[in-house]
Amino acid sequence: MKILVAVKRVVDYNVKVRVKPDESDVDIGNVKMSMNPFDEIAVEEAVRLKEAGKATEVVVVSLGVKQCEETLRTALAMGADRAIHVETDEKLEPLAVAKLLKAVAETEQPQLLLLGKQAIDDDANQTAQMLAALMQFAQGTFASKIELKADEVLVTREIDGGQEQLALKLPAVISTDLRLNEPRYIKLPNIMQAKKKPLEKKTVAELGVDISPRLVQLKVTEPAERAAGIRVGNVAELVDRLHHEAKVI
Amino acid sequence: MSVLIIAEYQQSCLDEATLHAVSAAQQLGEIDILIAGHNVAGIAAQAQQISGVRKVLLADAPDYAQVLAEAVAPLVVQLADSYNYIIAAATCFGKNLLPRVAALLDCAPVSDVVAIIDSQTFVHPIYAGNALQTVRSEQSKQLLTIRTTAFALAESAGGQAAIESVAAVPVPELSRFIERKLTKSDHPELTTAKVVVSGGRGLGSAENFAALLNPLADTLNAAIGASRAAVDAGYAPNDYQVGQTGKVVAPELYIAIGISGAIQHLAGMKDSKVIVAINKDADAPIFNVADYALVADLNTAVPELLEQLKALGH
Repeated sequence: MKILVAVKRVVDYNVKVRVKPDESDVDIGNVKMSMNPFDEIAVEEAVRLKEAGKATEVVVVSLGVKQCEETLRTALAMGADRAIHVETDEKLEPLAVAKLLKAVAETEQPQLLLLGKQAIDDDANQTAQMLAALMQFAQGTFASKIELKADEVLVTREIDGGQEQLALKLPAVISTDLRLNEPRYIKLPNIMQAKKKPLEKKTVAELGVDISPRLVQLKVTEPAERAAGIRVGNVAELVDRLHHEAKVI
Repeated sequence: MSVLIIAEYQQSCLDEATLHAVSAAQQLGEIDILIAGHNVAGIAAQAQQISGVRKVLLADAPDYAQVLAEAVAPLVVQLADSYNYIIAAATCFGKNLLPRVAALLDCAPVSDVVAIIDSQTFVHPIYAGNALQTVRSEQSKQLLTIRTTAFALAESAGGQAAIESVAAVPVPELSRFIERKLTKSDHPELTTAKVVVSGGRGLGSAENFAALLNPLADTLNAAIGASRAAVDAGYAPNDYQVGQTGKVVAPELYIAIGISGAIQHLAGMKDSKVIVAINKDADAPIFNVADYALVADLNTAVPELLEQLKALGH
């Protein structure tokens, strides 16, 4: 079985981004970029399925600027077999990403498509669902456990009240929750090996997908700052202030 | 302008998230609510009483029993022609379903809307709530999930909407429901509670988490939340998690106990009205957003807090 994993290059999760003074966008010049944490979990899961003998090949794909190559090399170092980079400088909305991934998947014919449940920059949580819709596949979103069977996959999903389990007909699209696994630490020899693994380039034009944006970003602003609070000396003062000042207890 | 809201419900009760969605939609046009499910006439009866609702569309069929996205999305697409807006709450249910519908309609949706500026302009948080993006959409149809904590509750009584049955559409055989395991709790629901008591890694163990937070939550009639660190350490179930990837809450009072305050956690609670933080690390980032900060060992401070609340008559 072949698994296709989509990975996104995003601002590192530890970075607190700032909005540009002209409110045109967030300022991500000179900040550390990394693989989206949810996508790391998706790569890890695919590699584990291969190591368990359930999958034969893990292909990773990333869409975006030239530097996405680094993200793909990271995925290769984690154990993916080969990479596809659809290079574009355009800002891609989830709908465009889903269409591009569909085009890649139509060539690659994977049995399982693994994506992160959301990117930590746009926080959209849309792409996997859209890809599943466009491909007319089943979707297993927010997965915390995946079990491959002969012609279906069992998925445990994190839902608001707890968990639910679904059986999805293959091929299927699954998006990963943080609970799914703990991504491995990459060792230096793996980084060296990853440099020799195939990385194929594709263009948006080749894939024949319209990526023109549907939404216009009017502005990006800082959320309202909270007023500075006060330090209380002890529990008695805390209770007193909550009761008399804030009037919440 | 007309709006279709995809309703969410638990067993026999319409979810409050749907009432928040109705209140957001009141800014946009005439509201119809879709109830998809099996044996859900009772839910439809509740929906028809919501103030400001024009019509309840009832799609009652065995295929919709578990409200799976693969089954319900084609139904929504079939109904979409008559609507300018399709809205769901930004809950696990809404986030799972709405993008699937959007792709089938070839529309770009907007996730987690916190403000509606006009009929085409919406505000939503990005980068874990560290920035707010204002977008305009000139698409013929707008698909939105709305952040429940950003919109008031619509009145659940006083409405007199008509119920109209809609025929089921064929469901592709893609997915099959196996089971659902809900976390049992005696406390109020996390996203709607007035008071939230939340614990982090500082609690040290699952036993301590329960022993310290349960009585406090009981006393304040509060919901219990947790940081990701506490969930990962196994102190609390995953659906307690507050944050960018968990639940977003905005209660009257949020008490963060033993939580350092990573940006991912702050994204889920910084719109709370009053924030209290109890942490022994005076430099913990949580203190930057706390209205009342107490630097103390939680193992002594929390029992003391409980005692004093009881003395106050709680």
